[in-house]
Amino acid sequence: MARITKEEVKRIADVSRLHITDDELEKISAQLDEFIELAETLNEVDTTGVEPTTHVFKVKNVMREDIPEPGMDRDLLFKNAPDHQDGQFKVPAVLD
Amino acid sequence: MNFETVIGLEVHVELKTKSKAFSPAPNQYGDEPNTNTNVIDLAYPGTLPVLNKEAVEFAMKAAMALNCEIATETRFDRKNYFYPDNPKAYQITQDEFPIGRNGWIEIEVDGKKKKIRINRIHLEEDAGKSIHTDEGYSLVDFNRQGTPLIEIVSEADIRSPEEAYLYLEKLKSIIQYTGVSDVKMEEGSLRCDANISLRPIGQEEFGTKTELKNLNSFNFVRKGLEYEQKRQEKILLSGGMIRQETRRFDEATGETILMRVKEEADDYRYFPEPDLVFLHIDEEWKERVRATIPELPDARQKRYVEELGLPEYDAKVLTMTKEMSDFFEATIAAGADPKQASNWLMGEVSGYMNKHQKELHDLALTPESLASMIQLIDKGTLSSKMAKKVFQELVEKGGDPEKIVKERGWAQISDEATLLPIVNEVLDENEQSIIDFKNGKDRALGHLVGQVMKKTRGMANPPLVNKLILQEIEKR
Repeated sequence: MARITKEEVKRIADVSRLHITDDELEKISAQLDEFIELAETLNEVDTTGVEPTTHVFKVKNVMREDIPEPGMDRDLLFKNAPDHQDGQFKVPAVLD
Repeated sequence: MNFETVIGLEVHVELKTKSKAFSPAPNQYGDEPNTNTNVIDLAYPGTLPVLNKEAVEFAMKAAMALNCEIATETRFDRKNYFYPDNPKAYQITQDEFPIGRNGWIEIEVDGKKKKIRINRIHLEEDAGKSIHTDEGYSLVDFNRQGTPLIEIVSEADIRSPEEAYLYLEKLKSIIQYTGVSDVKMEEGSLRCDANISLRPIGQEEFGTKTELKNLNSFNFVRKGLEYEQKRQEKILLSGGMIRQETRRFDEATGETILMRVKEEADDYRYFPEPDLVFLHIDEEWKERVRATIPELPDARQKRYVEELGLPEYDAKVLTMTKEMSDFFEATIAAGADPKQASNWLMGEVSGYMNKHQKELHDLALTPESLASMIQLIDKGTLSSKMAKKVFQELVEKGGDPEKIVKERGWAQISDEATLLPIVNEVLDENEQSIIDFKNGKDRALGHLVGQVMKKTRGMANPPLVNKLILQEIEKR
């Protein structure tokens, strides 16, 4: 057991901006542990001589030409925003 | 104890493409907020980024101009962070496989050349801009979101705030020559963060560094580093320890102020960007881009000294911007003497630009009109005094110097046949001066020249008048 510690789960929650209670921490830790266990079955596959794979497609160099298209209609854009002011999105103050 | 200063700089440069790095939204500075947006940059569900080819080529061009090796296999990665200026909650950047590596910039410190190495240059996207209010909220403009950006990371080779300043000047000049960016700090198309630490002289290991932010001009970079150098030295001398922290430069006081202490390294959880495929840059593509790089400032400077015989100083000033250097070359191509062209450009032209806060392209002056004016001076048609009047007109309204001189009657009389009768008239009227001159009173000659100038309303060519008077006195 304990493929992942509660401290690690807490830290991941923190960097993901997720607030979890102590009860949730217990539950999530146990669930994540099961996930990892499941993922570990992949370790049984023999990968000798296989290059680390990040993309399954062999396609390379998909690019577009540098041709601009007009920006989105701003009024339409703000319909999907909780709040706006002076043509800008209004968000709670976040200072880092 | 004496300390050695160690500085490394991270410079971000926005690329001047027409559209964004991963979306077709317009890439333009100074527009109404949130008018240059696209669903891709705003992270609408189901949208996918597509790489802008021009952004890749601009990044390659900058990296090549800064002497980097260009990667053959490269890719993009996600840097994860939460901040309202980035709706995706990650930035598309390059982590393990940057487009350029192992470059360098040569600077000149107290007459000695020094190479500052560049660790890497990678392509990424810019974030939006947020303005913080005092009332507990922030306002966000996403026009900048997705703008292609290159990050240029120097090695910790810089040893003084002055060297940092010289490095930045050179970097700006080189990038500006390549034409991939406006490199205007005041518009944010060039931004700089600085890392600085001290170590006892002779020690190999680096000391603990602090990071400086909010450096809005090269001068502030130098000032901020100077302050930080003294602050750290004071702490170390009193037996204290430097804390790894981020500090903000305060323009009003010239001090650096603590922003935050770095307790642990930021955890950005980089991973390969699954929405973009790999980028393979073959030799043919590299060569094609390399061929578009113009002659860079150092090479031009050398050529001006060796081939045109200009002083080092002139060559350096003229090559600071590509615009000035191109203007200079067009002026000599139009027939002007290089040193004369240089004098006018560094003197009157630059003076006018500074005084009126204008750029060369704002002036009505053209290389052709400047060259033509210089030629009129060389031929003796235009006196240096009248040339200033012609220049004023050329710079403000433009036009053909020859025509201006003719129409205004500003031409200098350099024609012997016209001047001879006037010279003789003056000599006839001033016999005493001739006697005085023959008796060794040099001042008498000045008086005679003055009389000729008076009769020609100042339009006579003084050296020629001088010569003619001597010649005619001789005959008497």
